Amino acid sequence: MERIPILRMGQFLLVTIQVDMHDRLAVQLQDDLTQRISEWSSRGVLIDISTLEIVDSFIGRMLANIAAMARVLDAETVVVGMQPAVAITLVELGMSLAGVRTALNVESGMELLYELRGDFHSEMSE
Amino acid sequence: MSKLPELIKKHEEEIRADWLKQLSTATRRSDLISDEEIKTQSRELLAAIADGVKTGEVRNLDGPEWAPAREVLNAVSTSRAKQGFTPSETATFVLSLKQPVFSVLRKQLASTPDVMFDEVWRATLLLDKLALLTVDSFLQTREQLIRRQQEELMELSTPVVKLWDGILALPIIGTLDSARTQVVMESLLQAVVQTNSKVAIIDITGVPTVDTLVAQHLLKTITAARLMGADCIISGVRPQIAQTIVHLGIDLANVITKAKLSDAFALALQRTNQTVVKVNAEGARKPFFKKEE
Repeated sequence: MERIPILRMGQFLLVTIQVDMHDRLAVQLQDDLTQRISEWSSRGVLIDISTLEIVDSFIGRMLANIAAMARVLDAETVVVGMQPAVAITLVELGMSLAGVRTALNVESGMELLYELRGDFHSEMSE
Repeated sequence: MSKLPELIKKHEEEIRADWLKQLSTATRRSDLISDEEIKTQSRELLAAIADGVKTGEVRNLDGPEWAPAREVLNAVSTSRAKQGFTPSETATFVLSLKQPVFSVLRKQLASTPDVMFDEVWRATLLLDKLALLTVDSFLQTREQLIRRQQEELMELSTPVVKLWDGILALPIIGTLDSARTQVVMESLLQAVVQTNSKVAIIDITGVPTVDTLVAQHLLKTITAARLMGADCIISGVRPQIAQTIVHLGIDLANVITKAKLSDAFALALQRTNQTVVKVNAEGARKPFFKKEE
């Protein structure tokens, strides 16, 4: 079965979505990711969706759910590289992904994760 | 049965020659249109009229028998609208056909004044209708032109400028409606990706009024930018607009707003860990912008 690979980078997990995200795949990712976070006690998850061109409300909710689940397991989630068209679609669908942190690219996403984990106060003030 | 079709058909050459003479004196705009073009247009139109009038129907020109005439007129007025003729000049092109037609009717029907009057009335009705058609399609062309210019203006009026490394500014001039929001949003997000910017300043100094709809559009743009990982700052909030926003109960709690673009820029520099310094005569540097806590 097709799976989205989850890479471990120290205390963080890196997920790069490079295939068309369909609903089953999203549910599978949700399963795998929660599994890995608890297994490796990861402190942060970075999801790169720069190649994702089409989203629907289900995928949008999935991202929000993943972030919420990760937070319960004490890991921060950063979604990076969202395409303009995807952002517009999500806004038009009324999904602002309020609980999800975002960054422009993997680099600034990593910076953000380090910042969040390294400094408790910056997390509180955000 | 009307004699008009028969007379027009029979004296087509004569009418056209007379008409061309009229055209060359009354509405000659040799700077805009060539003799050759006028000749072609008048020949086509007269042939189409002679064709259409055969049915005798002159009150209603919507029928299929008048389709060729309508087409010719459309083409004529479209080209004239683009060439820069005035509406009256365009209408005169058709109306100047009256005299040649009337003079033919007069010559041919001189013995029967009653019939002549009927035919003149018929011809007047017909030519007036045709002239109105011309003006209609002339205006339509103009309106299309205006609409296209509006669209161009819309794109021109939403520039995204790079202020500094990682800082974009988006000065919005004019009212923000949903069509413009779409353009603003798209160009902003595109620029965020291209310039890799973390902060975007939306300056609304040039927005005359902010109502709930405009505020909603602004919030949408800000949310979309946030989804991509860029923070937005709204600047240029005038005192009256601040009052309006509060009176309307618009919730901007989650949005950073600043009164001036410079304030927003200072915050943006701080957010991106940058600073602008002033160098005085001694070469000593001191911070240009005070850091806010």
